[in-house]
Formats: sequence, C-alpha cells, structure tokens
Amino acid sequence: MALLNVEDLHVEFPTRRGVLRALDGVSFAIDAGEVLGVVGESGAGKSLTGAAIIGLLEPPGRITAGRISLEGERIDNLPVERMRRLRGRRIGAIFQDPLTTLNPLYTVGRQLTETMQTHLGLSDAEARKRAVGWLEEVGIPAAARRVDGYPHEFSGGMRQRVVIALALCAEPRLVIADEPTTALDVSVQAQIITLLKRLTREHGTSVILITHDMGVIAETADRVAVMYAGRIAEIGPVAEVVRQPAHPYTSGLMGSIPTVAHKVERLRQIDGAMPRLNAIPPGCAFNPRCPDAIARCHAERPDLMAAGATRASCWVHAHG
Amino acid sequence: MDDAQDLPLLDAVGLTRDFDVSRPWLQRTLAREGRAFLRAVDDVSFAVASGTTLSLVGESGCGKSTIARMAVGLYAPTQGVISFAGQSLSVARAQPALRRRMNMIFQDPYASLNPRWRVRDIVAEPIRAFGIMTGAADINDRVAELLAQVGLAAADGEKYPHEFSGGQRQRISIARALSSAPDFLVCDEPTSALDVSVQAQILNLMKELQQRLGLTYLFISHNLAVVRHMSDRLGVMYLGRIVELGPAEEIFAAPRHPYTRMLLDAIPDLDNPGRARTPVGGDVPSPIDPPPGCTFHPRCPLANARCRTERPAVWDAGGVDVACHAVQEGRTTA
Repeated sequence: MALLNVEDLHVEFPTRRGVLRALDGVSFAIDAGEVLGVVGESGAGKSLTGAAIIGLLEPPGRITAGRISLEGERIDNLPVERMRRLRGRRIGAIFQDPLTTLNPLYTVGRQLTETMQTHLGLSDAEARKRAVGWLEEVGIPAAARRVDGYPHEFSGGMRQRVVIALALCAEPRLVIADEPTTALDVSVQAQIITLLKRLTREHGTSVILITHDMGVIAETADRVAVMYAGRIAEIGPVAEVVRQPAHPYTSGLMGSIPTVAHKVERLRQIDGAMPRLNAIPPGCAFNPRCPDAIARCHAERPDLMAAGATRASCWVHAHG
Repeated sequence: MDDAQDLPLLDAVGLTRDFDVSRPWLQRTLAREGRAFLRAVDDVSFAVASGTTLSLVGESGCGKSTIARMAVGLYAPTQGVISFAGQSLSVARAQPALRRRMNMIFQDPYASLNPRWRVRDIVAEPIRAFGIMTGAADINDRVAELLAQVGLAAADGEKYPHEFSGGQRQRISIARALSSAPDFLVCDEPTSALDVSVQAQILNLMKELQQRLGLTYLFISHNLAVVRHMSDRLGVMYLGRIVELGPAEEIFAAPRHPYTRMLLDAIPDLDNPGRARTPVGGDVPSPIDPPPGCTFHPRCPLANARCRTERPAVWDAGGVDVACHAVQEGRTTA
C-alpha cells in the first residue's frame, strides 16, 4: 500500500468574478521512503498541492473534490484539531524561507523541545537531549551551546538546517519540502540537499520535494511529477523524464534550461506563457504553446496515460 | 580611429567600494568605538571589449551588484578608476552624448517599472530625457519600433505594467533600456525572477539584440549555467574580489581557482540524475569581518599557512587571471 495517495484532487478559489480552479484532477501516490519531486513554473499548482496535503490551504481556497489518504486513512476532511495533531507528527514541513518558519523570539532549542514534547510526550531532560542530538545530526557545530541560540544568530544555511531538524524531530512518515533551497547560495544549496537526502534515507521518511529547479530534482528525487496549469503533465522515474520526456511541455522545459556542461548557440524556447487560471483554454491547457497539437488537443482534455517509461497527459500517446 | 576599436568600451582599474556601516553617532560615542566600514568591492580590475559580454558570477555578498552600479555611475568608487569609451566615467556621465550610450536592466521587473505609467511613457522616458526626439509622432513610431524589437505589439504601449506577465515586463525593461540607442548595457540578474521557459525567451532575445545592434553587456548573475550561455569572458567573484578572470570557455573547460571548481561542482547536473555530490562545507563569511589572507581559505581544501596570512595577488595562469597561492605554487591536488 502506498504511504500517501492523492486521488483526483480539485482545489478551487471562489472570487467575485467566478470560481478559479487551481488544481484540476491531480492524482499520484508515494511509497514509503520514496522521494517524489514536483516541478513546475509559478502558478502551476505545485505549492498548492503540498498545502492541500498538509491541510494549510489559505482560505478561500478549498478542496472541492478528490481525496487524500495517508497510510490508508483519509486526511483531507479531518477536523482542524485532529489535522493539527497530525501535522508535525505524521507529516513534517520545510518551507523556502527559514526566517518565517522559525519563531524569532524562542531559542532553537525551545522550538525543537516544544515540538517533540507536543508530539512525543517526552520529559524536559529527554527532549533537551534529543534537541542537541538533532542539531548535531543536521551538522550544527557546537550543538550543545548553539541549542540556546536564537534564529538570528544562525546563518541562512544553518537556519535551514534547524528547520530540517524541526521537520524531522517528531519522526514523521512524510516530509513536504517546498522550495527548501531556493533562498540559499548554490554552495550551501548543495549541502542542504545532501543533508536532506541522507537524513530522510536513514529515517525511511518519504519526501515530496517541490521546486522550480529541475537540477535539484534530477539529483534528489526517485520520481518526478511535472505540473502545468493545475494538472500533472507527466509523471515517472526521474532519469526517464529527464532523458526521454514524453510530454511536449516537459521536453520544451528541459530544452530551455541552460547547463554548465555545454554551450548551445540558442536555447530552445517555449513561446508564450502559462495561461492564467481564469483563461485556461478548452482541451489540453498546453495546446496554444504546443508544437505537436492536433485537433483533439483543442477539444478534449487528456488524462495521464502510459507513454514509454513514464505517464503523460498528452493525446500524442493515445492509441486507437 | 582603429585604436578606438581596440580600446575596451569599459575599463575598470583597481575598483574599491566601501560602505559606512557605523552605528549612529551618539551610540558610537557612548560606546567609544570608531566608524565601521564594509568593503563590498576590493581592488577589482576588468575590461569589457566592445560588442562582447563579460559576466560576473558569485554568491550573495560577493560585490557583483555593487560593481554593476559603479559601472553605470549609480555608485562612485571609493578608489580606482572606471573609464567608458576612453573617458573617465565621472566625465562621461556629465556628457549626455556619452551618458545615453549606457543603460541598465534590473532583476525585478515588478519593481523597476512605474505602475502608474503607461508602457509607451515608460519606454519613451529616456528618449524625452535625452531630447533625442521631440515630436509626439516620431516618439510614438520609435516606441512602436522598440516594442516590436523585443517581441511586443505596438498596441501594448497603451497598457499598464500590471497587465503583463513577468517575462513580458522584462521585455518592457529591455525596450526602455534600448530606447536611448545605447551600446553598453549593465544587466543585473535579468532573468533571476523568471521561470525557466521564460528565462530562455529573454536570454535568446538578449543574444539576438546583441548581434543585431552590436551591444556590449556587463552581465551579473549567480547562475553559472546562464552565465555559460551568455558570456565571452567571465569573472568569478568571492567576497569583493575577482578570484578568476578569463575567456568563459577556458574557465568552464578547466577551472583553476578552488572556489570556481567548488561552484561548478555544486551545480546539480541534469545530464547525470542521481549523482552524489561532494559539497564543500561552510558559508560565505560576512564581508563586515572577512578572514585574513585569502578570504576563501576557511573553506578551501588547498589552504596552507601562507593562504591564512598573505593575500594572493592576481596571477596570469596562461590566459586566465587567478588569485590563488595554491594554483601559483602548483599545489592543485589536495
């Protein structure tokens, strides 16, 4: 059984000018210990997917259809108080900016012990011992002393390490990491990715890694879901999606990324931009930008279907 | 005028820029402490040849944006000289005929366009400011031409910035930067705020415009892949200094400075999914209190006693300038 199952998830935002459908039938599953990358451009719905799973959708956004289950138990309709207990204990979260995740008024030690005492019911002494242990584990030098430091006394990379400790300290089965390295310099980003990979492997934690950076996903994830305009365009093992993308959007995206390995005269570009939520075209949302669009793409919306080693929402792969 | 062809369009020698980060006078006096300075840029020299792109790459706090601002005269250097087209920049800035030849493209297209102005007025502002054209019809024609050049429609001139996406706004910034017919553009992280597919559009556009109009770019970025795509020459910066400077292809093919090698190694590799990398420890130190000697020594696998005390001078390592004792002494394998 999959650890997390997301089926046909719809998220909508009612506005004065009508309802905006931000997620439109998103389905995927994650196994225990697996790292699933979720990649897409701004507004594709990748962060919303994470927020919906962890029960932190900003009102008026709400789940209007579909279901989310964790270890077989449905969690998308839990009462607020039960969801609060589940958050942190069974699903941890790491966000982009460590300064907004950490409380500036509490020492990092107090934030760690409070989290562990709430979820694990530890004694003061035991919680403090484990807090120091977690700081050591995430690579904070002189952890026994730094445990009494405040967030502003840590550098950006060190703060993100504290956030990782905080997300993992109650030993959740799943961690949702939303752009965990975007605010960091490239040399520090490498350290944080390596740390996240090592710790989640050691603890058998599953990870949903949400990022716009295909490079980070290529290096970290087992599978990747490419999102476009509120739907999954393609999902499959990372190596296959990167090397033989089946969806025209994925291949356009891969071609538009400059690499340090070689220089091309001109990058491949996808003309135009992702449609706004109030102007999603009928049929496949990618059809206005797609070089391979056929009549069916303008009329009928494709669902995920088998496409070589991956699954893609694209009529090119339909048989018959 | 053959000599003028060989002369670099922009030439910076010994650039240094300090910022006063002292506490207010009363607190300073009570605590009996002196003024404090942050040296954002420290003795940096480079030249940009006409029609080429020099990129400066580095992590936050390395001084690359400070150099960008000095290059167009937004900051004055504390020490050192910048010359533009053979004249000192302060002299050049005082002459509209020279000043209109340089312009800047900023990182954030949401902050760099006035939300209350129509696009045509934003694009026409430099034309009016320099008095390049005066007739309303002439200016309208020129604005339409500029918008077409960056892939927008003439009718877009009537709209306001909020009606455009990030990529389109950056096109408007480029049209504005080109409106005084400059030959030198300073581009400070022009695509960092954009999604990758849009970034590709803007980078392709910038290269096309460079070829068509013979533009010279000083390109500032933290993204080595973008830099590789855009640059003829490359300067790698660390804590206010250029540690490696030379032809971009040469540096990417055989990086010499340990910091350059570390940066290249830290980049996730799309062609090699699942690769395990060897991250270098440590953060970039604060420029307020930089380490003595070579500022990279606390993170450098090749550092020895000399690196901890003596600042390395820039040294010509076969066409590439490198500031590193280890490279100069041939201790390049740790």
